[in-house]
Amino acid sequence: MSKVSIRDLTYSYAGAPSPSLSGVSLDLPVNAITVLFGPAGGGKSTLLRLINRLNDLVEGTSRRGQVLLDGEDLYAPGVDVTALRRRVGMVFALPLPLPGTIRDNVVYGPRLAGVRDRGRLAEIAERSLRQAALWEEVKDRLDASAFSLSGGQQQRLCIARSLALEPEVLLLDEPTSGLDPISTAKVEGSLFALKESYTIVMVPHSVQQAARIADRAAFFLGGELIEFGEGQQVFTAPREKRTEDYITGRFG
Amino acid sequence: MTARLVVQRLGFLLLGLAALIVIAPILVVVAGIVVRGIGAISWEFLAGMPRSGMKEGGILPAIVGTLLLTLGTAVVAVPVGVGGAVYLSEYARDTAFTRAIRLAIVNLAGIPSIVYGLFGLGMFVLFLRFGTSILAGSLTLAIMTLPVVISTSEEALRAVPTEFRTVAASLGGTRWQGIRTVVLPQALPGIITGVLLGLLRAAGETAPILFTVAAFYLPQLPHSPLDQTMALPYHLYVISTQVPGMPPGVQNGTAFVLLALVLLLNFAAAWIRRHFRRRRPW
Amino acid sequence: MKRSRPRWSDFAVEALIRVLGFSTVGFVLLIFAFLLREGLPVFFKLPAAALLGKLWYPTFGKFGGLPLILGSLLVTLLAVLIALPLGVATAVFVREVAPRWAREFLKPLIEVLAGIPSVVLGFFGMTMVAPLVRQWLGAPTGLTAFTGALVLAYMSLPTIISVAEDALDAVPRSYRDAGLAMGATRWQTTWRVVVPAGRSGVIIAGMLGMGRAIGETMAVMMVTGNAARLPLDAAALFKPVRTMTATIAAEMGEVARGGIHYHALFGIGIVLFVLTFLINLAAARVIFRRRRKGGLR
Repeated sequence: MSKVSIRDLTYSYAGAPSPSLSGVSLDLPVNAITVLFGPAGGGKSTLLRLINRLNDLVEGTSRRGQVLLDGEDLYAPGVDVTALRRRVGMVFALPLPLPGTIRDNVVYGPRLAGVRDRGRLAEIAERSLRQAALWEEVKDRLDASAFSLSGGQQQRLCIARSLALEPEVLLLDEPTSGLDPISTAKVEGSLFALKESYTIVMVPHSVQQAARIADRAAFFLGGELIEFGEGQQVFTAPREKRTEDYITGRFG
Repeated sequence: MTARLVVQRLGFLLLGLAALIVIAPILVVVAGIVVRGIGAISWEFLAGMPRSGMKEGGILPAIVGTLLLTLGTAVVAVPVGVGGAVYLSEYARDTAFTRAIRLAIVNLAGIPSIVYGLFGLGMFVLFLRFGTSILAGSLTLAIMTLPVVISTSEEALRAVPTEFRTVAASLGGTRWQGIRTVVLPQALPGIITGVLLGLLRAAGETAPILFTVAAFYLPQLPHSPLDQTMALPYHLYVISTQVPGMPPGVQNGTAFVLLALVLLLNFAAAWIRRHFRRRRPW
Repeated sequence: MKRSRPRWSDFAVEALIRVLGFSTVGFVLLIFAFLLREGLPVFFKLPAAALLGKLWYPTFGKFGGLPLILGSLLVTLLAVLIALPLGVATAVFVREVAPRWAREFLKPLIEVLAGIPSVVLGFFGMTMVAPLVRQWLGAPTGLTAFTGALVLAYMSLPTIISVAEDALDAVPRSYRDAGLAMGATRWQTTWRVVVPAGRSGVIIAGMLGMGRAIGETMAVMMVTGNAARLPLDAAALFKPVRTMTATIAAEMGEVARGGIHYHALFGIGIVLFVLTFLINLAAARVIFRRRRKGGLR
């Protein structure tokens, strides 16, 4: 069974002329990196936010279809949204540290969930920072302000922050768009390591990045899912003409 | 070409003149009160009890009374005001009812202070039978201060970037958890500034306390919230208009103390606002 | 994950916050209710003709409100007449003309003015302005409508300046840039482009300033002389006058609770409440209409 299943999902924002997502059906496999790529406005970020129900905060939207996690409908009545968001973590396009120290940032989620024991929090902090490949750089200054880190470090801090809750799925929305190539490489490297234990769904910021890391790839255009398949296959021998046009740069 | 620049020069000069007409008297008033009042300030004046019908001795009860009233105002206006602001900023949707709330706030802000005094008399002194007391006076002042606290607090809350709320939600926080752990702490300096500005207005008001708490000659300190008390603004009013033969030193001294208290709160508010604006990371 | 764990503390806190949000509406209604409770009787006991009479002599049973209403209007309108141009000019100066270093001390000073208690300004007016009025304008005591208007104008200035500043701030930068790009001087741009764009803001400033002025009590009480006479000619400007607010403040202390005088004073309170309510409602309408039209004013 796939980890996350999207079934015939159609979604519109209030007052928009056309839906952001139309009839999308997709199975996201566990312990793999699935990449959602395509030109801007294709609905990729919207889809991510529907998986952790972050779009609940937006008013006036309409939704048809299902989003399933381990076979359970996420939008069924009575679903505990905050518990869901601990199982499905998200990293945003811009590094967004919360005001406070590095340590505060990393343990923010567990603290909200009720973990009080200092020792336990320290373990969580170290584990998460290692997984995000940031531990060595910050282990001596956990009490420094999170804003004293560089952009790339801040983004890895945000990854660590999400990992601290030990989610099952990690959603990343163009996580390296503001970063230099070295930081990008470090982030991509940690994602490779992380996919052993997590299901990763990512919107890349370039086709090249998608090709580098994707186990599975989904091409979105204008809210529709055009093609979905094995990473290697989609980028070297796409089935659809539109996919090929986009990858080769004929539009985009 | 130069004609237009001459016109501009003149125009700007006129505007500057207007600004001068506005600003200069402020300095004159403050300087005038300071210069004429500072001579009366002595330890006895500040810490002593009044004697001989206010013509001698000190104004300690008035100072204490004003401080107590200000404290009482804060105790009520801060929770209600900040709570209301949190509602408007974080929870309210754009419905007719929310607009009614905003209209109510604008109206509360515009109600004349003497009308607040009447309301305080009718509701707290008479209807609820608190009598003329610190309790009645504080409650009246608190409702009067509410609009300022709500407006400035709401502004401070809205200034906190939305991204923080989104991040908190994405990490499994409820709306209130996000507010409690991130938004409120970040908005706190702005909120405190607003509270101080509201309190300094409450401290200087006379009309709302005329019928709800103020007493003129009460040479003792209040013991309980149900006591009457002297208060600086009312005191200044009475000794400058109702009592013949009052030595001007006492009048100027009282004016000085009241002005000093208000200016102190003003500077504190401005300092907090500037200091924390520099330090904030966003 | 299916069953949502009830978080009672969250529920309770959110409910409390909602209640606090609604409280302001409750307070307005409460205030109006109490004013009505204590003030309506006078409208039943005395006919409208008597209430609008020309004599306010409570000791003789005369409760004609006309001198008080006219007194308030005279002082208020004159105050706004003085303060509005001064305030708008100052706002334009601070926002468009003054260099940054000047702004740093102008704005705090205006805030100081906003904070000065009205009784202190009244005291200052009484002891330092009134004597000047007496000397230069020949008024016997210097406590006149004119003095009151002067002091009141200064008290309304912070409100007017603040609203005018907001209006100027809301004018997009592109307007100024467009004006300058067409070769206009900064002065021309300011007067022909920016200020007209902020026109409704100026109107709102005037209205809110008036609301502020009409509600002022202590300062006017200390400098207007408090004679409840009808201000019907130009000379009345330099004679004492009494406002509605001062009447309540001065007389409430001595009335018998429940007597006709008591009710009459509350009746004046109702008039003041309704007046300021209408002014604020009108101002709010202008603001909402401006917002709904989107874009600018």
